[in-house]
Amino acid sequence: MVTKEIIESYWRENKALMYLIMLIWFTVSYVAAVFASALNNISIIGFPLGYYMGAQGSIVTFVVLNYYYSMKMNQLDQKYGLQED
Amino acid sequence: MANNAMNAWSKKLRQIYGVYTGVFVLFVVSLWIGESLGLSQKYIGYAFLFGTIGVYAAIGVLSRTSVVAEYYVAGRKVPAVFNGMATASDWMSAASFIGMAGALYLQGYDGLAFIMGWTGGYVLLAVMVAPYLRKFGQFTIPDFLEERYGGKLPRMIGILSALIVSFAYLVAQITGVGIITSRFVGIPFEAGVFLGLSGILVCSFLGGMRAVTWTQVAQYIILIVAYMIPVVAISYKQTGVPIPQLMYGQALQVIETKQKALVNDIKEIEVRQEWKKKADELSAKIKGLPESWQKGKGELEDKLKNTQTGDPERAKIEKALKDYPKTADEAKEKWTAAMKEAQAMSKPPKSYVAPPSDTKGIVNFLALTFCLMVGTAGLPHVLMRFYTTPTVREARSSAAWALFFIFLLYFTAPAYAAFARSEVLTNIVGQAFTALPAWVSKWAAVGLISIKDMNGDGIIQFSEIIIRADAVVLATPEIAGLPYVVAGLIAAGGLAAALSTADGLLITMSNAISHDLYYKIINPNISPSTRVKIGKALLLVLAAIGAYVASFKLAIIVELVAWAFSLAAATFFPAVVLGIWDKRMNKAGAVSGMIVGLLVTAYYIIGSRFYGVEWFGIKTIASGIFGFPANIVVALIISRITPAPSKELQEFVDSIRYPKGAIKGGVEE
Repeated sequence: MVTKEIIESYWRENKALMYLIMLIWFTVSYVAAVFASALNNISIIGFPLGYYMGAQGSIVTFVVLNYYYSMKMNQLDQKYGLQED
Repeated sequence: MANNAMNAWSKKLRQIYGVYTGVFVLFVVSLWIGESLGLSQKYIGYAFLFGTIGVYAAIGVLSRTSVVAEYYVAGRKVPAVFNGMATASDWMSAASFIGMAGALYLQGYDGLAFIMGWTGGYVLLAVMVAPYLRKFGQFTIPDFLEERYGGKLPRMIGILSALIVSFAYLVAQITGVGIITSRFVGIPFEAGVFLGLSGILVCSFLGGMRAVTWTQVAQYIILIVAYMIPVVAISYKQTGVPIPQLMYGQALQVIETKQKALVNDIKEIEVRQEWKKKADELSAKIKGLPESWQKGKGELEDKLKNTQTGDPERAKIEKALKDYPKTADEAKEKWTAAMKEAQAMSKPPKSYVAPPSDTKGIVNFLALTFCLMVGTAGLPHVLMRFYTTPTVREARSSAAWALFFIFLLYFTAPAYAAFARSEVLTNIVGQAFTALPAWVSKWAAVGLISIKDMNGDGIIQFSEIIIRADAVVLATPEIAGLPYVVAGLIAAGGLAAALSTADGLLITMSNAISHDLYYKIINPNISPSTRVKIGKALLLVLAAIGAYVASFKLAIIVELVAWAFSLAAATFFPAVVLGIWDKRMNKAGAVSGMIVGLLVTAYYIIGSRFYGVEWFGIKTIASGIFGFPANIVVALIISRITPAPSKELQEFVDSIRYPKGAIKGGVEE
């Protein structure tokens, strides 16, 4: 039986996860871009860090975020018994 | 489908595509052997063109169907990994495959807006949209809008937006197909379009979404293999390590050092002054319109009259006259573009890795990235793919896989750009004009590279080389000294990218009309088989209209695609996301939001492109940056001052928020 309380509690946790992911998403792309000039003074495996974040760092993070979200949500479904039958 | 059946099905798919990849590799290797035995380039080109289109057609024939659920959502039994691949090739267009590395080459850091924008959107999609759409479990995005907000109006706006967004995008893909086939096989543009379209149609016409899905998986495999080979080879050539993604840091260092040296080089300054002069001349001509256009035309006509028939000069003048702008308006457009190019060339090269140095540049960079991200998560042909997975769980994981498969290409594109640029700076700049490498002459002949001794010193300066965006990926095989087979492979890859996207777009538009407009609004009494038949007929009509528009080769195509993102960002994305995440959102709010978003974006697109409108210095390609917030703000305000949605609608929102009870995949609907 899916009660209103279960759905609300499930949704609250989902929302928290969404905000966390959006925060990281925003930091590695927009914040990193704003500070790219300063970051370029640091070198990582031969790349200037500012450029590296735009070309690789951000998009690697995006991929990881998506897998992480998928995994966490599957656990959340189990926790509340809301997975597919 | 039960778990066991699903696993067996996945296993079977892996086997099929494994064998397919093996056969494809054998095909390439045998052409390579053929080439070394003397097989001509022309036949290699034909083999790739007909070979790959033949395979797509065969998949189309094998997946033919008239069952509604199969036709619209591939029976909802596409496993996550395969839906990921299909989404990736549905998503990656000719522009991603051929144009993006070139944009990075030309724009340096600024070009990274495309890399981040076109991947970051998949995080939004995965977290905010995809699993909920799958739980909802219908066929199209307008279906969702009607169900969530109630009434036909949300559906109508959805149909209209889907058609506008997808059509702009479709024309660009068809043009891409025509260019690739005509360049590599030497057939006329129109014939190339016809051939490519027949490949697309055999597929979608016979099997709808089912055929399109399985073809897109096949197309992904070809395009990713084709994209990797040349760049791995050039990385090995320049750095000794065949891992381009790790090694192009070295190329970036070469670029920065060499470009710094060019800033104060006397010969370079000379050339830049020539460009400045040219820009000033053009500017004077533009000011003198329309008289200057008349005058230029008259001069050419006089020259033609005074030249003898048979004089080799005559052909040149005739060509110049043919290329001369037909009207004063066209002259303005052409000359302004040329003037901008000359102005850009008259400036010393700026750092390749530095972000824009002024606030306006940064703001535009961020705005464009944002529009591309949100637009990606709002494109109907991408959203639609998430109806096809067997479960909600698989929809989530499929969004992750889709991004992974897209990432493989986008992670690599900057390497193409950096290696090409360091090659140009190292092995071309400073050479004598008489010693041009073969690849430069070849691509110069078709206008993708233009290189002219502007200061007459017989030596190539950096400012004397203009490279068009498409040349970077196309020329890399030759720069790396690879056999012609690889160039053919690149063509096949570009074609796969264009065809797969065109397929997805065509089916989205056809569904918007046959399912959303005709079946759901005009005539709900038609039988399922008639519905599918109408959908198929529409595919033909839409493809024909798309090809007709593409045949004009409009100069505005690149901008059309960018605008499609802005429009999607300002219409679909807010309506879908608010529908899931804001229970209080109602019909009045969503509808007024979408209308305002559409109008604001369209106003800024047209105003900034044609009438000099400018807000906060934002360029036309980031127009959605105004429409998107306008949509959200209007939707929130209007929804709060009008009655809350009915209890049923609120329960509906609750029901799509968790996976339990989703429609099962792979059962007849």
